[in-house]
Amino acid sequence: MKSRKWLWLGVVLALVAAACGGTVGTDTTGATDTTAEGAGQAGDTGYEHLDRALAGEFDGTTVEVWAQWLPESAEEANFTFALEPFAEATGITVDFQATPDYETALQVAVDGGNAPDLAQIAQPGKMHQYADAESLVALDWFNADKLQADMVPAFYELGIHNDTLYGVYYKTDVKSIVWYPVQAFEENGYTVPTTWDELIALSDQIIADGNGSPWCISIESQEADGWVATDWMEDILLRTAPPEIYNQWITHEIPFNHEEVLEAADYMSQVWFAPEYAFGGSTYINATWIGETQDPMFTEGGPQCWMQKQAAWIGGFWGANRDALADDPDLPPSEWPIKPETDVDFFYFPQIEEEFGTPVLGAADMFVMFNDRPEVRALLEWLATPEAAQGWIERGGFLSPLTTVPADWYTYPNNQLAEMVTEATTVGFDASDLMPAEVGAGTFWSGMIDWVAADGENTEEIFQEIEDSWPSS
Amino acid sequence: MVQLTEAGVAPTPRPGGAKVLRAVFLVALVTAALWFGLRLLRDPTLFAGSSPTLSKLSQAAVAIVLGVGGVWALFYASNVAVEALPGRATRLLRPYVFVLPAVAVVGVYLIYPIVGTVLESFTNVPEGAGPLTNYVEAFTDSEVLLALRNNLIWLVVAPAVSVAVGLVFAGLVDRVRWEAVAKSFVFMPLAVSFVGAAVVWKFVYAWKPPGQPQIGILNAIWLRAGGFLVELGLLDEVAPVAWLQEIPWNTLALIAIMVWLQVGFAMVVLSAAIKGVPIELIEAARIDGASELQAFFRVTVPTIRGAILTVYTTIAIAVLKVFDIIFVTTGGNFDTSVVAVRMYQDMFRFRDFGQATTMAVILLVAVIPIMVVNIRNLRRQGIRA
Repeated sequence: MKSRKWLWLGVVLALVAAACGGTVGTDTTGATDTTAEGAGQAGDTGYEHLDRALAGEFDGTTVEVWAQWLPESAEEANFTFALEPFAEATGITVDFQATPDYETALQVAVDGGNAPDLAQIAQPGKMHQYADAESLVALDWFNADKLQADMVPAFYELGIHNDTLYGVYYKTDVKSIVWYPVQAFEENGYTVPTTWDELIALSDQIIADGNGSPWCISIESQEADGWVATDWMEDILLRTAPPEIYNQWITHEIPFNHEEVLEAADYMSQVWFAPEYAFGGSTYINATWIGETQDPMFTEGGPQCWMQKQAAWIGGFWGANRDALADDPDLPPSEWPIKPETDVDFFYFPQIEEEFGTPVLGAADMFVMFNDRPEVRALLEWLATPEAAQGWIERGGFLSPLTTVPADWYTYPNNQLAEMVTEATTVGFDASDLMPAEVGAGTFWSGMIDWVAADGENTEEIFQEIEDSWPSS
Repeated sequence: MVQLTEAGVAPTPRPGGAKVLRAVFLVALVTAALWFGLRLLRDPTLFAGSSPTLSKLSQAAVAIVLGVGGVWALFYASNVAVEALPGRATRLLRPYVFVLPAVAVVGVYLIYPIVGTVLESFTNVPEGAGPLTNYVEAFTDSEVLLALRNNLIWLVVAPAVSVAVGLVFAGLVDRVRWEAVAKSFVFMPLAVSFVGAAVVWKFVYAWKPPGQPQIGILNAIWLRAGGFLVELGLLDEVAPVAWLQEIPWNTLALIAIMVWLQVGFAMVVLSAAIKGVPIELIEAARIDGASELQAFFRVTVPTIRGAILTVYTTIAIAVLKVFDIIFVTTGGNFDTSVVAVRMYQDMFRFRDFGQATTMAVILLVAVIPIMVVNIRNLRRQGIRA
C-alpha cells in the first residue's frame, strides 16, 4: 500500500512548446473547422466504441459519471452542458452527479462496491492508489496512439500507471496568474509588473499611496485548507530553482526542506508576511474562505487589496458575481456584474530568476473508469475528443489538454492562458498533488497553516516538520 | 395459522413425517427467497432499465421488504422447524433459535469488525517491522500526542461543565412556573445534529477584518462592548478576535459547542432525578435550619448522585468520540485536532489503514473504562428502582 512506484512520474515535464504550438498558432489550416460540428461523425472518430455509439448501438443505456464540480456551481452547469451533444448523438443517458466532500464520497463508493462508471480525479496519486487496489479498469483497449498524438505529452504520461493507461485527462488549469482591478490600476497609474522586483516595487507603491494592502490572500478551504499556499510555494520554486530540483522535491530525492525550497519560502514570505502586504494579515489568511479572499478588492471606496494569485475559476466568485451566479449558474461571463478583462484582468505571475525562464504551474482533471461496459468506453473515448471540450469552452473557464482543440475556439482568458502554456519554458504539475497524500494533502497543507499562524517566523521548523512527516517506506 | 390447524388436525404431540417434511420445505423456501433477494440487491442491474432514481427507490423498497419480512420469515420458519423436533429437543433448542440470530448479528457487525480493527492495527505495518510499529509511531508523532492532549482536555472540561450547567438549570427550572417551556428551550439543541451545530457556531465565531461588518455575533458583541470600554478609557483599542485561531482558547470555544448540545440532556435527566427526591428529606433539612443552597447541595445533589454519574459518563463517552464539531469548524488545524479527526484523516485522506485502526483502538481502549462505570451505575440504579 505504501509503495510509491508512481513517483518517478513526478514531473516537471519540460513541456514542448511544439505540442501546443500547432493549434495555438494563428495560421491553423482551414481543415480544423470540420471537427467543430456536432459530436463527430459515425465511423471516423478513430475510437471504436465511440463509433459504435454514434451509430446508435448503445441507444437507451445509461452511464454514471461523478465529479467534484459542486452541485449548482457554474462548473457543474458547464459540464452538464458539455455532455449534452454526446447524449443527443448516441442516445446514451449520462447520469452526472456532482458530490460535495468528493474525495471521501468516491472512496467510500469504491470501497462499498458502488463506484460510478466514470469518475473525475484531480490528484494523480489517487489514480495510482485506485489502480494499485485494482479498483480501476485498465484502458488497454483504448486507442492510446491516437490519444498520445492528440494530447499534450505531459498530461498523457500522467495518466499512465505501470506502463498502462488508466486516466484520460479532460481539463487543465493554469495557476500562475495574478488578478487585478483594471480601472483602479489605471486611475492610480499602476502598471502590470513583469519581474519580481517590479512586483515588490508596485506593492510598496500601493502601501505608500495609502491604498490599503497590495495582496488578497487567504487559504481556508474546508477539508482542503492550505492548498493555496502550497500553490504559491510551487510556483515560486519553479522560478527560483531548476526543474530537476522541483522533480526531486516531489519524489523526495532531496529533503522537503532543501535549501532551494527554503529560498523559495523566503520569496513567499516577502509577500505573505511583510507588514501590510497581505490584507488583514495572517488572521485573514487563515480565517477567510478562498472564495471570499478577494472581497476587499471590490469594496465601494475602491480596492483595499489589489492583487490575487489564483486560477481563472475565481472570476465566478468576485463580489457580486457570487450572488448572480448563485441565482443563475448559466450566466455567461459577459453578463456578470463584474466582468473579466474589462473590470478585472490578469497578468503572468512574474519570473524571478532569469535563468529559469517563464514557467507555468498547472493542474488538471482526468477521468478514470470503474465499470467496464461498451457505453462507458464510448463516453470515455468521447471525452478525449475536442467535441467534449467544445461546450465548456464556449461557456468559458475551460482549457483542454488536447492539442486538437482549434485555438480559435478559445476566448478570453483561455486564449491567453493557452498561449501562456505554449510560451512556457517549463510546465510544472501541481507538486502537492503528486506527493504522497500524507504530505501533499496532509502536513504540507497543515504546515502552511501553522506557518501563517506564526506570521512566517518559524520557517525552518515548519519545513523540518514536513520533512519528518514524509512516509518512510 | 399453520400451527393452529396443524394442532387441530393432529393433536398428538409426536411429530409426524408430514410435519417434518413441511418444516424442511419451509426453511428451504425462506432461505432460498432470502438468498435470491440478497443477490437481487447486490446486482443493481436487475433493477436497471428505468431511471436511476427509480431503480434506487425500488432497491430500497426491496431492501425493506426483505429486511423486515425476511427476519420474520426466518424466525417463523425456524420455529416451525424446531416444533417438528421431538418434545424435549424443542424445549431445549427453542431459546437458542430465538437468541442466535441476535448473537450472530452482533458478532458480524460488532465483534468481527472490532477484532479485525485490532488485528489490522498490529499487522498493517511495513514489511519487516514489529507488530507495535503503528503504536510506536502514534505515540511519538507530535500531531497524535497533540490530539491525545486535546481529547484529555475535552474529557475533563466538557462533561463537567455540561453536568454543572445542567444541574443548575435543573435545580432552577424546578421552581419556575413555565417549567416545560423553559426546559424545551434548553433541550432544543439536543435535536440539532453535531454537524448542524458546528456550522451554526462557525458563524457565531466568524471573524471579519476590522472595518468590515462582523457577521459573527460573538465579535459583534465584543466590538460593541469593547467600543464602550474604549470610550470609558478602560481599553486602548478593540479588534475583532479570530476565536477559532487563538490557541489554546479555540479548543475551549469548540468545547462550548459540545456543552451547548449536551446541557439539555443533562438537564432533563437531572430534573427528573430531582423530582424523585422525597420532599420529606428537603423539608427535614429546612426544619434543621438549612438554607435553600445548603438543602440543594447537601441533600438533593447527594441523593441524585447516581443520575449525575450516569449523565457524566454518557457525555464523557460522546466527548471521547467527538469528531464532527472539530472537522467542520477548524478541520483539526490550529492545534485543535482530536484522535477521531486523526483517524478520519489517516483513513480517508492518507489511506493509512495501520494508523487509522491504531487510532480507533486507542479510542476504544479509552472509552472502555468509562463504559464500565456507566453500565455498573445504570445497573445499580436499575436494581434500586
